[in-house]
Amino acid sequence: MSRLHSRHLLGLEDVPKEDISLILKTTDSFREVIDRTIKKVPTLRGITVLNLFYEPSTRTRISFELAEKRLSADTVNFSTSTSSVKKGESLRDTVQNIEAMKIDMVVVRHSSSGAPYYLTKCMDANIINAGDGAHEHPTQALLDMYTIFKKYGKLEGLRVVLVGDVKHSRVIRSNIWGLKTMRASVALCGPSTLLPYEAEKFGCDMYTKMDEALDGADVVNVMRIQLERQQSGLFPSQREYTNLFGLNKDRLRLLNKNYTVMHPGPMNRGVEITSEVADGANSVILEQVTNGQAVRMAVLYLLSGRKEEGE
Amino acid sequence: MSGKTDVILNEKKVSRALTRIAHEILEQNPDAKSLVVIGVITRGAYLAKRIAKIIEELEGVTVPVGLMDIGLYRDDVHSKLDQPVVERTEILFDVVNRNVILVDDVLFTGRTVRAALDQIVDFGRPKTIQLAVLIDRGHRELPIKADYVGVNIPTAKEDQVILHIMEKDGIDEVLIEQGPRKSSAGKTARKGQSGGAKGGKK
Repeated sequence: MSRLHSRHLLGLEDVPKEDISLILKTTDSFREVIDRTIKKVPTLRGITVLNLFYEPSTRTRISFELAEKRLSADTVNFSTSTSSVKKGESLRDTVQNIEAMKIDMVVVRHSSSGAPYYLTKCMDANIINAGDGAHEHPTQALLDMYTIFKKYGKLEGLRVVLVGDVKHSRVIRSNIWGLKTMRASVALCGPSTLLPYEAEKFGCDMYTKMDEALDGADVVNVMRIQLERQQSGLFPSQREYTNLFGLNKDRLRLLNKNYTVMHPGPMNRGVEITSEVADGANSVILEQVTNGQAVRMAVLYLLSGRKEEGE
Repeated sequence: MSGKTDVILNEKKVSRALTRIAHEILEQNPDAKSLVVIGVITRGAYLAKRIAKIIEELEGVTVPVGLMDIGLYRDDVHSKLDQPVVERTEILFDVVNRNVILVDDVLFTGRTVRAALDQIVDFGRPKTIQLAVLIDRGHRELPIKADYVGVNIPTAKEDQVILHIMEKDGIDEVLIEQGPRKSSAGKTARKGQSGGAKGGKK
């Protein structure tokens, strides 16, 4: 089996186990490529990729762009601040005009959930979701899973705690679907105001007390807490959030011996995680960034050239 | 319906061919310390390890062995329905100014070797790259020639050359499975399926 079931990557909710396994296996090969002196292979020569970012992004955009360049693809970068979107052009018109310039693949980030899915209905290119609203951020979850897999050699049976704004975090959502598909044990932890209604439908253990969530966990993946959530009254103060849900040295004692600390970035040091923990021996935060590039290379490679009949 | 299958090389003949290749490599490269051996995954990698071992037995010099997957360098990635499964390339030594022996199992069209040459050059500038193959079955599509050949086997383009190797298949042997031939009525028989390495895409 050397093909994914879909020609797009819109999220991990419906991605089967064998597809995730194939992406992780292929990532391993690309991890070797980015460790070479010459970090470039000719695989996607002749393929044109559009990076369509309707939301600010540093890490994900650079990671995708480097992944594309290292596969020898031609890349076009689009940002709303310098485009006809400023003149009122719709998403549909924008992408159809760009597709008329013979684009093969689109990497899209948008503030509206479902925007990548909408693009699959109005263009023929392969669509990769780089984060859509509060829906999903599949490549971030794949790189998180790859990082865990590289350390433990497995995902099945590991206890992974996802801490933060469960209600609004697309990274948590993708992690839930991906990790559960790979049969990891997933626990969610955050203030009750940041847990979604009917959260039990995720099929995860839910905690509003950090110490209970961390007890006996192998991996703790801490999400950035957005300050606008405080401004909208979802929690009283940053200090309170740090006291109740911040990952610090004392709380690490609750974790299993060979624990791992993760964070998708950018970090609010001293808020959701202390510097001591973020820079500690069991932190794989920078490794996540490196692995992110390899995961994105794998996804681009596996989706490239896939046409409609492959659906 | 597939045609008949003939055993071209048995275990003894494979062993002899590899020993002769090792001797020829040392004749051409008297300084064994300058050598590195790189095998093309999958079966070329096993052959590379064996050739390096024979050189070590003959000269008492440990020759570094690398494994190479050429999936990312193929020229037909987007013309196929399935993406080639990409294995991990492992070249954990410097190729600069070394004599690189590139080892593959079956030399056919030359496209695999072309891809491998591109990839080696991305790792650095070797002094020389020399090609060793167990089987040369002809039908080249590129101007590529092996420096060391175990056996030249004349084949029809439709034939399948199948290598079974001890480390992977539990036996050393080379088979030729006759491909479909055009009948007098101009019809062709269906291609047969079998395991092992097939010299059908190289």
